[in-house]
Amino acid sequence: MLPPAPAPDAATTTSGFLLVLSIVVPIAGVLLAFVLGGRYVRLVAHTIIPFGVAIAGAILLALPQNEGPLVYLLGGWPPPLGVALRADGPSAVMLATTAIVICAVAIYAAADFSVPAAETRAPFAFWILLLAVWGALNTIFLGGDLFTLYVALELLTFAAVPMVSLDGRAETLRSALRYLLFALLGSVFYLVGTALLYGLHGTLDIVLLSRRVGAEPAALVAAALMTTGLLAKSALFPLHLWLPPAHAGAPAAASAILSGLVVKGSFFIVVRLWFNVLPGLPGFAATQLLGALGAAAIVVGSMVALRQERLKLLIAYSTLAQIGYLFLMFPLAYDASGRLASGDALAGGLLQAVSHATAKAAMFMAVGSIYAMLGHDRITGLGGVARASPLNVLAFALGGIALMGVPLSGAYLAKDLLLRSANENGQWWWEIVLQAGGMFTAAYVVLVLAHALAASDKPIALAGPTSRIRDAAPLVLSLCSLLLGLVPLGLYLPIPSDMTSSLFGPGILSKLLLPVLGGVVIAILLSPWPHPLASSTSGKAIMTGATRVRRGSLALGYLVERTDEALSQWPAASMCLLLLALLLGALMCVAT
Amino acid sequence: MSGVTVFGLCAAAAVGLGLYGLITNPQPLRKIIAFNLLGSGVFLLFGVIGRRGAAAGMGNDPVPQALVITGVVVAFSATALAIALVLRLFQTTGSTTLSNAAPSGTGSNPSGD
Repeated sequence: MLPPAPAPDAATTTSGFLLVLSIVVPIAGVLLAFVLGGRYVRLVAHTIIPFGVAIAGAILLALPQNEGPLVYLLGGWPPPLGVALRADGPSAVMLATTAIVICAVAIYAAADFSVPAAETRAPFAFWILLLAVWGALNTIFLGGDLFTLYVALELLTFAAVPMVSLDGRAETLRSALRYLLFALLGSVFYLVGTALLYGLHGTLDIVLLSRRVGAEPAALVAAALMTTGLLAKSALFPLHLWLPPAHAGAPAAASAILSGLVVKGSFFIVVRLWFNVLPGLPGFAATQLLGALGAAAIVVGSMVALRQERLKLLIAYSTLAQIGYLFLMFPLAYDASGRLASGDALAGGLLQAVSHATAKAAMFMAVGSIYAMLGHDRITGLGGVARASPLNVLAFALGGIALMGVPLSGAYLAKDLLLRSANENGQWWWEIVLQAGGMFTAAYVVLVLAHALAASDKPIALAGPTSRIRDAAPLVLSLCSLLLGLVPLGLYLPIPSDMTSSLFGPGILSKLLLPVLGGVVIAILLSPWPHPLASSTSGKAIMTGATRVRRGSLALGYLVERTDEALSQWPAASMCLLLLALLLGALMCVAT
Repeated sequence: MSGVTVFGLCAAAAVGLGLYGLITNPQPLRKIIAFNLLGSGVFLLFGVIGRRGAAAGMGNDPVPQALVITGVVVAFSATALAIALVLRLFQTTGSTTLSNAAPSGTGSNPSGD
């Protein structure tokens, strides 16, 4: 059951100042970097980041000692007159995740973006943007009213877009511009929704709105518009036209931030919207649609990922699939009678977001190092890289294994929680999607590892020197994701206490083997590239038997890729956006 | 027809025109202008909502006005960032099309026509 409606905030709680600090400190870093100029910008960032991590840690420690969320009323004015910052369990967890990922990326990027040489502005821009993304994300996690969230969301977009085009090539400038324009379209939808909600209830404060919003037609329209706008910013299929080129074209450290954290910002607002602002809406049919889009994202994203020639594009498309996986939490949160009931689904979805943030950032960074070392990132040319750069391949493998949902990892716990709520709510069809999602993830990890672990005929020419500390950052991050199941998150998320004990229960081997075996089959069937193991004699015998099936599935993969290309045209994607808003609104109107 | 209705309809028309332009125009600069038109429609909607507060006996509801001012600033920065990207794209490639298979050396001006 959902907790009873929270009481309106009377006053700032004792540790409320921490919330302000967590926003002010990164922003102060941005301003300071502008004042001190390019020579000190990295120093400023590396001084600010430990403070930010300490503040996130302090919020994590302070929250369980406080009854209810931490609150800070700006200027001492309680809502609806003033604006409140609030930190509940989910926001504390996301704050901590953001701090850890930013810290790891800063360590990784220290060499890439060192003190700027004569004319390059990329390092100067990168460190400022890194701090700006952090400040914007913290505002999103703590913002207590919908308009603050809008401003924070725009700040996040403005900080993320230039990260795409840091190297200034024409191709990345185009993807940055497309990203910005589509994100602006999404944010206008969100803004119209806030205008409607303000017109209805005279406040935009989340706690106050949650008590006032009922199933009036205008509220349903507002919910549909806001959700659609946020989906465009989170790149849920079919609104993903901007994501693969933007994430694959950016420098590795920027890709890690974009894929790991920036997408989670708008996802978090969707969660806030459905669970905190509008729990009273008849959302059963609408969230089924969200889940269906998520399932489509898993299938299309993974199938297109398996057909990519370049490793960075493969990971970018896998992000698309993982975003789809995140949205499966919404239908599962509704019980059979159509009420928002389950805390399991909320906890599962957020856990998945945390494990994806850490694992995907680690994978992008590891691939960035491999790219820098080889001078290319063609998947078929990866042979021998495991010997040349074992730490990076290990980081990639651990990140991938964590995402597949093997026991102990955060993704495993998330999958278990989601499966459990699917079972409780009698929505068995999502169980199939959840299992398939794990297998698809395993498929592209297995594919890349098979190529990376294969022996190479010729020695690899290393393009640049490697550094231990730089290689350690993605490794530590992927270990974080892999061991997330052991962290006592029950203090912050509604995780039932018997979940963690099931980590060591019987039947663990089958849960481990099922996604991996399924993944191997999918990888063989759907990847068009010649497989390094298939050239052995036993491999050939198996392959001839499977040829016909494989030919059929390759044709299917080709079709899916063409569909994805057609949907990635600007007019098609924007029409999808309008249609989706109409459909969501219609589904909710019918349900009332 | 009251003033509020007229302004509401104007807002809807501006939003519709802006949406149409943003979706159908292939040139980035026109898309940016269409976005601004769309944004103006939404701000007008905020104005209408503020005016409705006046019916309850207040002079005018100030909160939507504050929201509009913030929104205008945000839209302005978005436009500035987009224009900067378009200019940079034009300087680098000599054209401003968004599709990656751009014909090279067409040398169109930044407005795209």
